[in-house]
Amino acid sequence: MPVTIKGELKVWQRRDRTKQFKIWFAWLIGVAVFMFCWKIISDVTTWFFVFDAPRIAADIGGRAWPPRWSYLSELWKPMWDTINIATVGTLLAILMGVPVAFLAATNTTPSKRFLRPLALLIIVSTRSINSLVWALLLVSIIGPGIFAGTLAIAIRSIGFVAKLLYEAIEETDINQIEAIQATGASKLQVIAYGIVPQVMPAFAGLSVFRWDINIRESTILGLVGAGGIGLYLQSSLNILAWPQVAVILIMILVAVVISEWVSSKVRMAII
Amino acid sequence: MNASTATSGNEKRRSWKRPPLIKDTKWRYGLLVFFTLYFIAAFVSYEVNWTRVYEGLDRGWEFIKSFAHPDFTTRWPDISEGIWESIVITITSTVAGIFLAIPLALGAAANLAPKAVYLFCRGIISINRALHEIIVAILMVAIFGFGPLAGFITLTLSTIGFIAKLLAEDIENISKPQAEAVKSTGSGWWQWINYAVQPQVMPRLIGLSIYRLDINFRSSSILGLVGAGGVGATLNTAFDRYEFDTAAAIIILIIAIVMVLEYVSGFIRARVQ
Repeated sequence: MPVTIKGELKVWQRRDRTKQFKIWFAWLIGVAVFMFCWKIISDVTTWFFVFDAPRIAADIGGRAWPPRWSYLSELWKPMWDTINIATVGTLLAILMGVPVAFLAATNTTPSKRFLRPLALLIIVSTRSINSLVWALLLVSIIGPGIFAGTLAIAIRSIGFVAKLLYEAIEETDINQIEAIQATGASKLQVIAYGIVPQVMPAFAGLSVFRWDINIRESTILGLVGAGGIGLYLQSSLNILAWPQVAVILIMILVAVVISEWVSSKVRMAII
Repeated sequence: MNASTATSGNEKRRSWKRPPLIKDTKWRYGLLVFFTLYFIAAFVSYEVNWTRVYEGLDRGWEFIKSFAHPDFTTRWPDISEGIWESIVITITSTVAGIFLAIPLALGAAANLAPKAVYLFCRGIISINRALHEIIVAILMVAIFGFGPLAGFITLTLSTIGFIAKLLAEDIENISKPQAEAVKSTGSGWWQWINYAVQPQVMPRLIGLSIYRLDINFRSSSILGLVGAGGVGATLNTAFDRYEFDTAAAIIILIIAIVMVLEYVSGFIRARVQ
């Protein structure tokens, strides 16, 4: 703690001069970078549109209300499709992600030189790309429809599930594992009886968490043609049918709230 | 542990059965029945055009092969402009989002704010986190016009919700003795925040900010799909034209930048926390 003596008093300062100077300098750099980036954005913005925005927003809001509730009857099948995309996608991700996680954890991987970096590469590359990009890719390969959406969700979730799972596997209690090994168990039995019971709560929690996130992501996959309620959102936006858009958004909101409630209930029950 | 004993003569055989994952019998069988019914229903209603999938596998293989020879040069002006725009959107929206999130988090912390302010701020945070970024981006493009400004506003809004929620939870977890000690020196409200609350939440805030920077970059790569700026538009065009080499180049660039950001993020978080 920097304390200076001024006459008879001892004065306390939070930081000494050099540290304070460094902090000010860092702020200066930060502000300069921000202003530079802001200028880049500002140069390509049509500011007339921005100043007109409140009027436009009020106009759209006025057109979107009241919502066209009769459209709801057409939305049940797409909503069911969306939930299927999320659930089947999460399931596929779990099936594919669990082996990857065991390959990536330092205490269970059979080969640290080759398989572990490969597993980590799979995890990083599937996590970095948004599921919408995967959906775009898959639609252009295997055609539009819910299968493309399911695969997109599955691929994106592999990275998420595998990363959290392998971190949980690496944090398991070594005493329990050694106890199982002391009974003469084979490597697979050690995994089944020593590691799996320890990571099961975390695994169940993160699976449900990912399912909840996937419901949110599945609702928009239809924007690129991958099935579900996003297709209807895209078509309603294209014809500027704002009351229908309002109904779809309300439905998505309700679905997300319900899935978040289910997810938090299950995670409370596990912990 | 379930141990069952069976006596036959002088022998006692005990067998151990593994405890089930879900202990309550009703829930266990109920969930089993529910999921069986669900899967039957899902399987029946799942429409897949398998011929189309089969025909598409060739194209899929083309795409995977294109990763061996990604094309950075043909469309380099478009790619670099898109990536640059994504980075700019990421930086500005993270900074702006954090600054706007701090007062919201202070208002949403139960130990700092009066009840009415608390409920109001928590309400704003919940609404903020409800809609997906793409939907917000579509609305912002409709209201503010095409270009990176719409993307900036979209990501700022989602950053505010994310940071404010987690920061509010962290503020609620500060240690009371420290806060009371500073208050007992006779500090004003702002000094109290600055010397009691801020030092305790700062490490977590820095960690969250770097994490959010990473998430924002990943999101900014798709905002271009709806016209909100960034590399998403270039990627979409490349897929539409089946130019898989260019698409592979863009994807490799995105993965590389995300990896660099993750590395930097891990480094900074380890040093700060």
